[in-house]
Amino acid sequence: MTHIIDKIFANATRLIAIIVLLITAWIFTVLFQESLLSMQTFGLDFVTESKWAPNLEKFGAFAAIMGSVISTFLAMVLAVPIAIGVAIFLSEIAHAKLKAPVGVSIELLAAIPSVIYGMWGLFYFVPIIRDIFGGIGIGMLTAGIVLAIMILPFMAAVTRDAMNTTPDILKESAYALGGTKWDVIKDIVIPYSKAGIIGALILALGRAIGETMAVTFVMGNVHKVSFDLTQPATSIPVTLANEFTEADTKLYFSSLFELALILLVISFTIISIAKFYFLRRTRRA
Amino acid sequence: MTAIQKRVIINGIVMVLSTLSAVIGLGFLFWILFILVSNGIEAMNWDIFLFEGAPPGYAESGLKQALVGQLIIVGAATVIGVPLGILAGTYLSEYGQRSKLAETIRDVSDIMMSAPSIVVGSFVYAVMVIPMGHFSALAGIVALTIIMLPIILRTTDDMLHLVPTTLREAAFALGAPKYKVVLQIVYRGAKAGILTGVMLGVARVAGETAPLLFTSFNDNYMSTDLFAPMASLTVTMYNYATSPYADWQRLGWAAAFILSMFILGLNIIGRLILLNKKGK
Repeated sequence: MTHIIDKIFANATRLIAIIVLLITAWIFTVLFQESLLSMQTFGLDFVTESKWAPNLEKFGAFAAIMGSVISTFLAMVLAVPIAIGVAIFLSEIAHAKLKAPVGVSIELLAAIPSVIYGMWGLFYFVPIIRDIFGGIGIGMLTAGIVLAIMILPFMAAVTRDAMNTTPDILKESAYALGGTKWDVIKDIVIPYSKAGIIGALILALGRAIGETMAVTFVMGNVHKVSFDLTQPATSIPVTLANEFTEADTKLYFSSLFELALILLVISFTIISIAKFYFLRRTRRA
Repeated sequence: MTAIQKRVIINGIVMVLSTLSAVIGLGFLFWILFILVSNGIEAMNWDIFLFEGAPPGYAESGLKQALVGQLIIVGAATVIGVPLGILAGTYLSEYGQRSKLAETIRDVSDIMMSAPSIVVGSFVYAVMVIPMGHFSALAGIVALTIIMLPIILRTTDDMLHLVPTTLREAAFALGAPKYKVVLQIVYRGAKAGILTGVMLGVARVAGETAPLLFTSFNDNYMSTDLFAPMASLTVTMYNYATSPYADWQRLGWAAAFILSMFILGLNIIGRLILLNKKGK
């Protein structure tokens, strides 16, 4: 009797674990099937054309893809130096009494829902950008900055974790040789945890590119490629969030699903690179 | 200037820059927190818990429908996602271990934990909303469950792994079958860790907005019908905040405040449970 229950329990847990795998595969399959119509209609033009005109049944995702790339790039340029600074501060500089409270508050801020960062951006940051750069304040620049602030706590926390993997004995040896703090950081901590730090930054990039709510409030959802960063723009998640409930034709839906598929493939690739190329190596080391 | 002086000066500059970036980073974040708390507290009153959403300009307006909807959607996702996630995590730690299948499931879950949640929303739209013909709370519940599963699975896996093998061996030596060892020994040993994992998982999905936008959608009135659209704090917050009406924006801040306090509370309690465990 116990033998049977044992078998049932073991197989039940395995079945459920496999379901998790199947759901992921199912997500890819469904998004692919739903975007077939758009793929057949537009082919490669879908990713190279920037004309997005639902009334004309013409869909080109170039503006949305560029928007995702530019806003994420902006966010990374702003967030990476600050995050590394915070991580160095937390792992090497801060007094032990300061380390825990500052570290925990950064982790707690990483838990605040992104929709709140977006709401703050809309009410408090958009007017500032409007005053400084003119225009309506909603656009690529604002989105990039809000995205940078939103991703900062997560990025700083994982970078700090990577730096913390450096064994104390290595650092102490360097100090014993007369190294300053900066010498220890640049010659011991960073070389030792390089793979982990890069992995942490790429992982944050993977999160930033799929982030929806922090940017939806402040981007404007205008399908136009513009080199003026203060102009309203769009990105893949912003388009999805704004237009999914508005789509009325099969082709419109299919195009949105293709956008979702593109986003999933991009972030899946980025996160895989971070996890398997950089972060796994540190785990083995 | 000697080489040593130069190194000391560079060291000083880096120390200042790094401390400065910590101050800037924390400054921005506390600014947001301050805005959230000050606007939130100003917007809080009893009406929020007593009344449903009303047209702008209406005095008796509240968030009752969103609070109830949030509890139903997140609660149901928890009730479905937590047991499934724990069982799947049990497979990884106790049965699959280092096998190819278990490692693949670990890898895929790791990626899914960081994958864009709006994509999950569009998937659920395709498999539930289109066939049913309308938005429904059920679709929102499914979307949140899919997001929650890999989180619970991975924490359970990690936490069960921390239970010493000797405990399992002792139970086996007494003749206990494996399922009993898992249920009565391993789970008990990992109780605090799993509980923390569950709380962090719930906190994570409670703040999700994107996957609910086109699954459970929104509703300005109280509804407990799982097959109809249902309000949630997050989507209500988004709709109200982007509206041009001051009193709706005020309700948006109230929703943001309540939700953040709930999520921060779960995070803090979760950490305290683990700390307490470690202290013993």
